[in-house]
Amino acid sequence: MTKPEIKTIDKVNRTLGKRYRAEKRFRLYGMLSIGFGLLCVLFLFTNIIGKGLSGFTYHYLQISVEMDATTLEISDTSDLNQILAGNYSAVVKRGAYEYFDVSSRRDKSAARKLLSVDGTGYLLQDRFKVDAKEIINTKSMVWALVDDKVDFYLKRLGEPGEPGKHEFSEKQLQWIHAAVESGDLQKRFNWAFFNNGDSAHSEEAGIRGAVMGSFYLLLVTLALSFPIGIATAIYLEEYAPKNKWTDLIEVNINNLAAVPSIIFGLLGLAIFLAFFGFPRSTPLVGGFVLTLMTLPTIIISSRASIKAVPPSIREAAYGLGSSKMQVTLHHVLPLAMPGMLTGTIIGLAQALGESAPLLMIGMAAFIPEVPTGVSDPATALPMQIFQWFRNADAGFSEKASAAILVLLMFLIVMNTLAVWARRRLERRW
Amino acid sequence: MNNSVTTESIAPLASEKTPEKAKTSNVITEENSDAYTTVGQAFSENAKMSMRNVNVFYDEKQAIYDVNLDIGTNEVVAMIGPSGCGKSTFLRCLNRMNDTIDTCKVTGKFLLEDQDINDRKMDVVPLRARVGMVFQKPNPFPKSIYDNVAYGARIHGLADRKSDLDDIVETSLQKAGLWNEVKDRLQQPGTSLSGGQQQRLCIARTIAVSPEVILMDEPCSALDPIATARIEELIDELSQNYTIAIVTHSMQQAARVSHRTAYFHLGKLIEVNETEKVFTNPDHGLTEAYITGRFG
Ligand SMILES: Nc1ncnc2c1ncn2[C@@H]1O[C@H](COP(=O)(O)OP(=O)(O)O)[C@@H](O)[C@H]1O
Ligand SMILES: [Mg+2]
Repeated sequence: MTKPEIKTIDKVNRTLGKRYRAEKRFRLYGMLSIGFGLLCVLFLFTNIIGKGLSGFTYHYLQISVEMDATTLEISDTSDLNQILAGNYSAVVKRGAYEYFDVSSRRDKSAARKLLSVDGTGYLLQDRFKVDAKEIINTKSMVWALVDDKVDFYLKRLGEPGEPGKHEFSEKQLQWIHAAVESGDLQKRFNWAFFNNGDSAHSEEAGIRGAVMGSFYLLLVTLALSFPIGIATAIYLEEYAPKNKWTDLIEVNINNLAAVPSIIFGLLGLAIFLAFFGFPRSTPLVGGFVLTLMTLPTIIISSRASIKAVPPSIREAAYGLGSSKMQVTLHHVLPLAMPGMLTGTIIGLAQALGESAPLLMIGMAAFIPEVPTGVSDPATALPMQIFQWFRNADAGFSEKASAAILVLLMFLIVMNTLAVWARRRLERRW
Repeated sequence: MNNSVTTESIAPLASEKTPEKAKTSNVITEENSDAYTTVGQAFSENAKMSMRNVNVFYDEKQAIYDVNLDIGTNEVVAMIGPSGCGKSTFLRCLNRMNDTIDTCKVTGKFLLEDQDINDRKMDVVPLRARVGMVFQKPNPFPKSIYDNVAYGARIHGLADRKSDLDDIVETSLQKAGLWNEVKDRLQQPGTSLSGGQQQRLCIARTIAVSPEVILMDEPCSALDPIATARIEELIDELSQNYTIAIVTHSMQQAARVSHRTAYFHLGKLIEVNETEKVFTNPDHGLTEAYITGRFG
């Protein structure tokens, strides 16, 4: 011990500063990545919300309409056929002429063009379906849908910048502004957007058909993929012998998860439509296809959560004389369930946003009726968004943005549900 | 002088033995594994379980070599030996727990009374109801204390009415010496108990099925000395009614609780004798080397 010895603590201190700097850098990288992610999300949301929110509102003109039985061509208010065939456009038109106080042919035409006569007609028809007896031959105030060009013009007016081109005549412009000032023409919440199916006219087009289509799709997908996925995972984890065949199955399941979704659509087209002859464009077939797509996700996450069940719990149960099924049902499944549910919901959320496979089985068709079951022709939210965006009409692109908001909302709800299910079911003991 | 002797270099030890002991203290290695017989009293007149010619393999690797052993009725047999010598492997054969390990192959005869439990046709469900097991790490189910104890009775349909089940739970917890501590909190999770209490809960859970034999694999190795003492007391009480095979790494524990002690070494059963004899005057040099702490 003649040499002055360098103590360990001095060596440690010498490198300490460098270590802490590395630590800080490391943390900074993490924060930068999160920041970038958040920024992207923020941009996406402000962009979509900015564009989409206006799709939830529409401009309506309050006019008084004479529900005259002869003009409506309804003689018996208890006859549903007559109510469905009623000439509602005629009374709406008459209400419009009265409101703008016009009599010449040219003025009548100009006034008529400011309203969506057919759209308003459907609103009236809906009312007649509920209580035709009460309102026939009465005069009542109706919020009539304006023409989509008027709506577009008024919405652009509120925004900064150029008011934009329009094709209105001087007289029409006067009418519009007078109506806005008097409060008869207002921006109101667009219930039709939530109540109607698709339509060729943007002012009547609604999201209900697509929402119901997506709902039935997910219903079929859930009903098939959850039990099949979990049964597969349990069999592979608990029962299957470990050999070449189960290895092969495992590799293939992992491969399936990576197959582009459009391939599943082709498969669905070939198997379910061409071979089995299931009806085209239906949520039933769509659900089959999405099940194929969702299964790998569910199986993989379920197997992971089964694997995560502590072996000591299994041993304890076996040691008491539980049969394999009892071990699985009483111990493994309850502990693995939160993970399985999370995987299922994530799989379903993917399925909800999927469009490519649906394209292949004809769920991209124009379907104005709201589906009432899994075997009615239907479209789905992402398909609807795609179709509306493709449409050159300005009214539709606004609808598309609004539909994206609805889709995002559903996705957020589902993911929240996944987190909630995991928290709720997780046994914290 | 020989304090540094390890399992690999026990040869010098043998040469220092007194002549009469040297006969039986021949070194056991993998090469001359045929040349050995268990010394002492491996057999019992009143056997509850009789194991004959037991060999266990994990894939190609042999873990147990030709073991013969009886466990007497209401007897406590302790199994000791260096870590990795196959004590757990042997114990787990006694209620076929090794079935759950795919690579594990067990040959030999395992008689429980007069039934060969190693017969592939033997149903393991009723077997494990007769031969219960307590594990090294306390492993209560993530359920309430009550449900933990009631579980075995439920799956085997031991109670027809709720009140019968309540009785089973109460007597089992009493036998496990846990009743007074938990009687007011039966609905709380079993995992909320302390380690020692959890292990007694696991014992209660095993007793609730009324097994004939209880296997314990180092039941105290995860516990503090006070909890250990409590469990040792319990084993003593249980030996009135149950046949017990216990693996332990603590020689004091083996000395305190067991009637006979079996010493395993590298997968072979070296010596079985009355516990007192094993710890005071073992027949085999390897046993002596182990109990005097020269390896293990
Ligand atoms: N599941 C297993 N797979 C392969 N080898 C094992 C397994 N369990 C134990 N072994 C081996 O068998 C031998 C005996 O192990 P074990 O019975 O656990 O010993 P002990 O309980 O006496 O410490 C050891 O060599 C161990 O490596
Ligand atoms: Mg062990």
